[in-house]
Amino acid sequence: MTAQKSLPEIVISIRGVKKSFGDYEVLKGADLDLYERENLVVLGRSGTGKSVLIKIISGLLTQDSGTVNVLGKDVSKLGPKELLALRLNVGFSFQNSALYDSMTVRKNLEFPLVRNRKHLTKGEINYAVETVLDAVGLSQTIHQMPSELSGGQRKRIGIARTLILQPQIMLYDEPTAGLDPITCIEINSLINEVQERFHTSSIIITHDLTCAKETGDRIAMLLDGQFQKIGTFDEVFASDDERIKPFYDYNFIV
Amino acid sequence: MLLELYRVHQFVMKFFKEFLFPPYEGKEIIRQCYQVGYRSLLLISLTGFITGIVFTKQSRPSLAEFGATSWLPSLVGIALLRTLAPLLTALISAGKVGSSIGAELGSMKVTEQIDAMEVSATNPFKFLVISRVIATTVTIPILTFYTALVGLIGGFVNVMFNENTSFIAYIQSFLDSITFLDITASTIKSIVFGFTIGMVGCYQGYNSSRGTEGVGKAANSAVVIGMFLVFVEEIVATQITFFFKT
Repeated sequence: MTAQKSLPEIVISIRGVKKSFGDYEVLKGADLDLYERENLVVLGRSGTGKSVLIKIISGLLTQDSGTVNVLGKDVSKLGPKELLALRLNVGFSFQNSALYDSMTVRKNLEFPLVRNRKHLTKGEINYAVETVLDAVGLSQTIHQMPSELSGGQRKRIGIARTLILQPQIMLYDEPTAGLDPITCIEINSLINEVQERFHTSSIIITHDLTCAKETGDRIAMLLDGQFQKIGTFDEVFASDDERIKPFYDYNFIV
Repeated sequence: MLLELYRVHQFVMKFFKEFLFPPYEGKEIIRQCYQVGYRSLLLISLTGFITGIVFTKQSRPSLAEFGATSWLPSLVGIALLRTLAPLLTALISAGKVGSSIGAELGSMKVTEQIDAMEVSATNPFKFLVISRVIATTVTIPILTFYTALVGLIGGFVNVMFNENTSFIAYIQSFLDSITFLDITASTIKSIVFGFTIGMVGCYQGYNSSRGTEGVGKAANSAVVIGMFLVFVEEIVATQITFFFKT
């Protein structure tokens, strides 16, 4: 008897998603699958709907048509309670980190935990906070306010806050935007470490090719509201598509 | 205009829907109550005290014409309890607390902190809006009676120097002139004012447009609309109180 290698499970399935803002149609029938324990990078120019797509996945926005299935559930058809339950499994790291600026780092990290894991003791909460802070390498910042942190540190704390609920899926919105090259490399490494340590499946929105190459198992090119090319980094940029080539030509790859 | 009214209606309905069902953010409600009271206390103390002194001083000549200066404690007390204290407290709170709520929530909206709460499986409406509206609805009536008390003390300071009246006689005269309806009306009115200030501040902040300009606009609208609605409610409340008196 031969052992059959099972195919990786699809954790996010997007089919024919359309989204308009007024007369401007951002997504024009996007199709995409995210497999379990995969890092999928969505590349595209500014304003092409990359962030809109992950906001639809997390239920912050609703698509005009098409379906978005996350962990087997159609997001647009979920009620408020079901959506909250789903969100426990879908972490979202914001472009500007979106830390609660009136709370210390500790309070920021405790916030989702205290509200969603009510059975935890104070000791267990402290342990969870220390674990995720250690994972992002910022244990020393625990008592600091967000305003006292650098841009890179804020990104890391944002990721830590997302990780504290131990989600199955991570959505990163422009994780390296506005950071210096060294910090970008550190964030790229962190994304890979998170996947290895927490076994997450991730969608990484970026227009930074270094980030795409370092973190992505697959790259999905979003052009004119649709995914025009999906494959490994080399496959995508071996394309003769005149809309994809400039992306590579104008980016500096380490 | 109609669309805006519809949005306000939806927001208020959502408040009651969320308010009726637990869980409640107890610690956040207490923190907000403290914030609302603390932010306004100094200004309210000063304004209430000065209003008591000035109102007593301005009323004396008219009463003196009829030889009725002994009615000053009653006049000051009734004016403070029925209108001045609720109105002053509400206007100061609309300025201090309403603008602060509008700016804070507006800023949170702009920097995606509200979205961050939502994606971390927390109900931001419950945490931010319900707690703040409960805080203003509970705290502003307390501040109103505090303003009335401070105003009465201000009035007494003026009366003491001019009429040589004792504090006990002053308070007795005030207590003899007020009715249960005065206290009830004042309480209900200040609860409505508190609810309005909290709701307007939260609505403006929660629905502010993106960008720093939106934050300023939210804070400004929270004050202007909050004050306008307080005046409208004052007129309605006065009419209703007179209806019950007659």
